[in-house]
Parts: sequence; C-alpha cells; structure tokens
Amino acid sequence: MSTAISISGLVKTFGPTRALDGLDLEVRTGEVHGFLGPNGAGKTTTLRVLLGLLRADAGTARLLGGDPWRDAVSLHRRLAYVPGDVTLWPSLSGGEVIDLLGRLRGGLDPKRKQRLLELFALDPRKKARTYSKGNRQKVALVAALASDVELLLLDEPTAGLDPLMEATFRQVIREELQSERTVLLSSHILAEAEALCHRVSIIRAGRVVESGTLAELRHLTRTSVQAELAAPPDGLLALPGVHNLEVDGTRVRCQVDAEELDSLLRRLTAVGVRSLVSQPPTLEELFLRHYQDQQPAAAGRDGPREEVSR
Amino acid sequence: MSTLAGLGGLVRLILRRDRLLLPLWILVLAVQPIQTAAALDQFYATPAALRELYGTILSTPGLLAMLGPAFDATLGALTVWRAGLVFTVVGLASLLTIIRHTRTDEEAGRRELLAATVVGRHAPLAAALLVTFAADLLLGAVVAAGMIRLGLPATGSVAYGLSIAAAGWMFVTVGAVAAQLTEGAGGARGIALGALGLAYLLRAAGDTAGSDSGLGWLSWLSPIGWTQQTRPYAGERWWVLGLAVTFVVVLATVAFALLVRRDVGAGILPSRLGPAAAAPWLRSPLALAWRLHRGLLLGWTAGLAVMGAVIGSVADSVNQMAADSPQMQQLLQRLGGEKVLSDAYIAGVMVIFALAAAGYAIQATLRLRAEEEGLRAELVLATSVSRLRWAASHLLFGLLGLTVALAAAGLAEGLAYGLVDGDVGRELPRVLAGALVQLPAVLVLSGVAMALFGLLPRLTAVSWAALAASAFLVLLGPLLRLDQWLLDLAPFSHIPKVPGADVAAAPLAWLLAVTALLITAGLAGFRRRDLVSA
Repeated sequence: MSTAISISGLVKTFGPTRALDGLDLEVRTGEVHGFLGPNGAGKTTTLRVLLGLLRADAGTARLLGGDPWRDAVSLHRRLAYVPGDVTLWPSLSGGEVIDLLGRLRGGLDPKRKQRLLELFALDPRKKARTYSKGNRQKVALVAALASDVELLLLDEPTAGLDPLMEATFRQVIREELQSERTVLLSSHILAEAEALCHRVSIIRAGRVVESGTLAELRHLTRTSVQAELAAPPDGLLALPGVHNLEVDGTRVRCQVDAEELDSLLRRLTAVGVRSLVSQPPTLEELFLRHYQDQQPAAAGRDGPREEVSR
Repeated sequence: MSTLAGLGGLVRLILRRDRLLLPLWILVLAVQPIQTAAALDQFYATPAALRELYGTILSTPGLLAMLGPAFDATLGALTVWRAGLVFTVVGLASLLTIIRHTRTDEEAGRRELLAATVVGRHAPLAAALLVTFAADLLLGAVVAAGMIRLGLPATGSVAYGLSIAAAGWMFVTVGAVAAQLTEGAGGARGIALGALGLAYLLRAAGDTAGSDSGLGWLSWLSPIGWTQQTRPYAGERWWVLGLAVTFVVVLATVAFALLVRRDVGAGILPSRLGPAAAAPWLRSPLALAWRLHRGLLLGWTAGLAVMGAVIGSVADSVNQMAADSPQMQQLLQRLGGEKVLSDAYIAGVMVIFALAAAGYAIQATLRLRAEEEGLRAELVLATSVSRLRWAASHLLFGLLGLTVALAAAGLAEGLAYGLVDGDVGRELPRVLAGALVQLPAVLVLSGVAMALFGLLPRLTAVSWAALAASAFLVLLGPLLRLDQWLLDLAPFSHIPKVPGADVAAAPLAWLLAVTALLITAGLAGFRRRDLVSA
C-alpha cells in the first residue's frame, strides 16, 4: 500500500511558540484519515505546511510523492483544500467562486457540481458577502469536492454546518470512499471521525500522540457512568476496569473501560437502577487518559449525554 | 426611551475607535481655510489687489465652476471662495464616517453583536449621527475661531464656521439614508458619493452660468450651493442655514424611518443576485485580479480625469490672476517651471496628480496584503497557481493601472487646456508628457509597497509613511529651504517640471532601476516566506 502523505519530525515555530514539535504522520492512499486534536494543537499548521503556505523549520514532508514547498504548483493540481475559516471575495457570487477555484485547480465536473449544490442546498447566485459562515464553507466544499483531484485536505469542514448539513457532508464523504480518493480530515469532534475515518491520528501540542484504527484506539476510551440505585451497591470496586469509583448511599459515579461496560451494567441492574446517565468518552477525555500520569482523572463533563430513567 | 438604550456606551465606543481618525480629519480640514486666509492676506495685501482678484474671478467661468461663487472683494469673502472645496470635502469626510459606523459595521456582523445586547433599535444610528454631527460642529468652531484670530470679522467667521458644519451635517444625513438602502457598505458609499458629486456638479453648473443666464437657480438645487450662498463676510444671509437644517431634519427622519422598516443586515433595496456560474474568462489569477481591481481603477481614472479637466480649463486664467499679485508670480515660479505662468501652474499641479496616483499605486499593490490577511490568498495559492503568478496579477495594477489613471489625467487636462487657449495640437502632447514624466517617481512607491509586502509583510503600512514623507519634501521642502540631499530623498524631486523644463533621461532611468530592484526584492522575499495572516 502506497502513502499519500508522509511526514516525519516536522517542526514549525512562530517566534517563541513551537506550533509543531516533531510531528510524524502517515496517510495511506485511498483512506479517509482523521486528524484529531483540540484547537491550537497544530492541525491547521500541519495542513498549511502540506500546502506549501508555510515553510517547515525541520523535518521532512512528502505529499503525493512530491515536496510540498518546491513542487507546490504541480501538486496542487492533484489536490483540493477546504480551509477551516473560509473567507471569500464579497463581490463575487458563490457560483463564480466555485468555478474559479475549480478552474485554477485544472478542472471541475459540472454534473458533480450541480449535484453537490443541490445536496448542500446552496444558492450559487448569492454574492459572497451575503453568505453565512456555513454557506461560505459549503462554497469551498462544493469547489473542492467537484474538482477532479486525488487528495482532499479538509480543515474542520463541518464547523459551521448545521446537523442536517453535517449528515449530508458525511454522506458525500462516504461516496468518496468508493471513488478511491484520499481524504485528510481534521476535526475536533470524535464522533465525526468515528463515523467516517478508516484511521485516525491524534495530535496534541504539535505532536502526533496516537495513530491507528479506531478499534486500535479503543483501549484509550472510558465511559463515565452515574447511577441512582434501588439499594446501596457492594463489590463494585472488585470489578475489573472500573476507575474513580464514588459511592454515596445509593448514588454511584465511576468510569469504566469500554470492554467492561457490559459487566458493570449487569451488576447495577442486579441491584435495581432508578436512573442512569452514561457519557461516551469525549476527545478531551481521550487525551486526558493518554496523559493521565500528568493530569490524573479529571474527566470532562461536557460531552453528549444519554439519559435513561425508569 | 427604550429604542435609544445604550446610546451613551455606543457613543463612547465610536469615540474610542476613532480617537485618532476623527481629530485628524478635523485638524486637516480646519487648517485649509485658515491657511488660505493667511496666504491671501500675504499675497494680496492691498484692497486694490483684492479688487483685481475679485474681478478676475468673476470673469473666469472655470474658477467659478471649480471653487464656487465669490461675493465680495474682501479678504474674508475671497478666502471663503478660494477654500470653496472645503465644503465638498467636509461632506465627503462626513458621509464616509457615518457609513463606516453604520453599514460597514452591519456588513461585518459587528452590529448584530451589539443588537443582541441591551441596545435600542435606534441607538446605533443615533450614536453615529451624534458623533459625526459633533465632529462637524467642532470643525466649524475651530475654523471660526481661527478666522477671528486672524482678525477677520466675528459675524462672518461664525457664519463661515456654521456653513462648514452645515455642509457636514447635510451629507451625514445623506450617508445615513444611503446606509439604510444597500446590504454592502460599498453600495451605500456609491450612492452617497453619487449624491455628493451631483450636488457639486449642479453648483458648478449654476455658478458658471451666473445669475444673468437664467440657469443660476441650479446652484440652489445643491446643498453645497446653499453653504456658499450663506455669503460669509459678504452680507450674511442666515436664513439659508434654515434650509440646511430643514434638509438635515427631513433626511434624518427618513433614515430612522427606513431603519425600522428593515431587518438588521438587510438593505431596503433588494440585494442583487450574481451569476450562478463564472463567465468563461474568469479562469486565471489575472482575471480574478481584474474583477477585484476594476472598480477602484475606474474610480481613480475617472476622478483624476475630472480633476485634470478642471485644472486644464482654469490654467489659462492663472496668467491673469497672477498678474494681480507680484508675490504670487514669485511663488509660482519657485514652485513650478520657469517659463509662462500657466505652464508653471500645470507642472506644479502635476506633482499633486503624481502624489494622488501614488496613493492609488500603493492601495493597488497592498491589495496583495489585504488578500493575504483576509485568508483569500490562501484559497488561490492552494490551487495550482504559483506565488509569482499570483503576486504579479495584483502588482500589475500597481504598475499599469496607475499609468492608465495618470495618462487619463494628462489627457483630460491637456484637452481642456488646449480647448480654452484654442491650440489642442500644441497643448495636449505637452501636458500629457508632463503627466507621464511623473511615472518613474510614482512607480518607486509601488516598488516600496511591493518590497515591504515581500520582506516585511507586517509593516506594509510604512508605504503610506513613505508617500507622506515624499509629499512633504516635494511640496513644502523648497519653501522651508531644506537641504538638497534631503529633498533628493523624495522620488518626485527628480522629476523635471514639464511642461516647461527640459527632460534629462538619467534621473528617470535611475528611478526606474530603483523600482525594478525593489520589486525584484519584494517578489524574491515573498517566494521564500510564510503566509502570515495577522
């Protein structure tokens, strides 16, 4: 299997800040690769180095077999980029921007463009100044996805989209899976990566700290559970994979490794469950888990919630 | 009143944002009339000289068209006439300020941010109006105080100050109405500037025609005409100010009425839709640059051409005017060439045109930086467009665009001059040459902007400082008797005074060489550096 992107030991500093600190990344041809990390971790900087917009201070980067800085012009014919913060020329219409960017890349499939415009419900006649953030993002997405290119570099492409459009975006990217294009998708939303990506790399403070398929990374994930029981529980501490257990009368609060969730729930229902809140692992928790030696057990509480009561 | 909630805070916000700009334009505009009065007093020291000047003005339609009517042979009245453009420029500054604090904010989404806080529906417009009104009033007060200090009659000075404030107030409300109409600030500016231009043209037409031809009433259709018809220092007619106040009240009411009839962010006029697909020619960085630059280029070309035509049409009368004042003759010869006075006048004005064109050159070249800062450069450079090709597409307008604008000024000026003195075949090439010979100096400033963009992108604003320093040296340097080496630092100092003087090729070649060097350095720097957004 060939690689579309391979980066090793990449360093980029801005004054005193070390934005990239020895970053390694490998993206295989034909895969959708999730590039995950919190804001400020260095995702955008990496993409901008790959586009030849920034010059690396140290390390090597190869993109589609070429040098991203030296061969920028010829490489850019084979890739399309959607920035995280899309700004357009206020006096141009969305349709004009899409066509222009497509032509500058060396071609655009008009049928595909039409289909994408319909899918994303985008009016291409509006002037760019009147578009919302989400609509500007759609313009850049349509221009990129309708281009006939091998590689898509997408920087947090769903940040301004509503949930409906997010679903449309996922559907379109799944089509890309069949078309054998390579996609590098940067995001800070774990669920998005889970839904779309073959493999993910997790970046933190300018380094890739973890890379692999999501199944391979499953060992990093823990679900946090809060329950109100019919009676005080016992023996929970003895269960394998249960961490940070707090018992306050009939109230239980703990974290559990993904593979032990089942046995914990069996034990709880045996006692009788009045209410249950379980919280899937957020990306932040994933990082905290990874760095738990430095920052133990301060699990985030802002992830999506699922509440079950009876 | 709840619709005005938050007014005080908004006023403070505007003052905070404009703490430099507002005092600056008040100061610059206030200096003009005061300086004019001082200069006239120096050059036309006797009542007889003033009377002769007055007679010359009345018999020269071009002067009446450009500056407006003159009502008496006193120092005060002639100052008001000579500084006649101040009324228009105050209107310009006022309407730009009000639009910047209303529609520009709205387009950028800042208005929405405020609307979500405890701010009444009317408060943002009211705050912007209040601040701009106050600035205009302050400007009028400074002018009046300055004139009184120079020894001019107090009544006339107060009338003059109020007329200037009135000009500002009227175009503040014109701007306020325009800001309600369109979704984009550019469109609102276009409408308000159009109104200002129309007012100027109506006044010019009426004043040139004079009261005897039956077309003098045209001036009375123009708010700018009203401000001059208050006749400061020439039997003040206070009731004309009443017209201005009525105009302000009516337009402000209209602006508020329109404001409550529209959504935040929307305009009264429906926003026009663009094409759903790009035209076939829009397929290269150069084509995109043309789309982005054409409005600005057209505006500058038209503006410089109109200025050229006005200057060209009055150039011949300079001989007459100057004959009234020996001091004036001396000054013109020191500023301009050495032959006929009108040649000296045209050559002297060419420097002004060159400085204006340099402003355009810098603005066009720094579009590169604006695109980079706005992250739009990234979109283009992530496609298969090389950095050189992208930079060249914009730089072209900083080089060729200004050539077009300057040539238009020269052509219009030469044509008008030739038509007045009846020899287009002789004057047109001479005046056009006078315009084009400025090119090498103007190009140096494009080069400075390009070099800064490539090597020190965060310091591109220094280009404007370079222009300001050049302007200072070439306009005031000779009067202040600065050392020659200091004057030589300004590229414009090396340009021969054409028409009149002989042209030596060497200095021009040097200027072109410097430009080439600066541009090469800028392009080389840009090829090697990171894109920096802020």
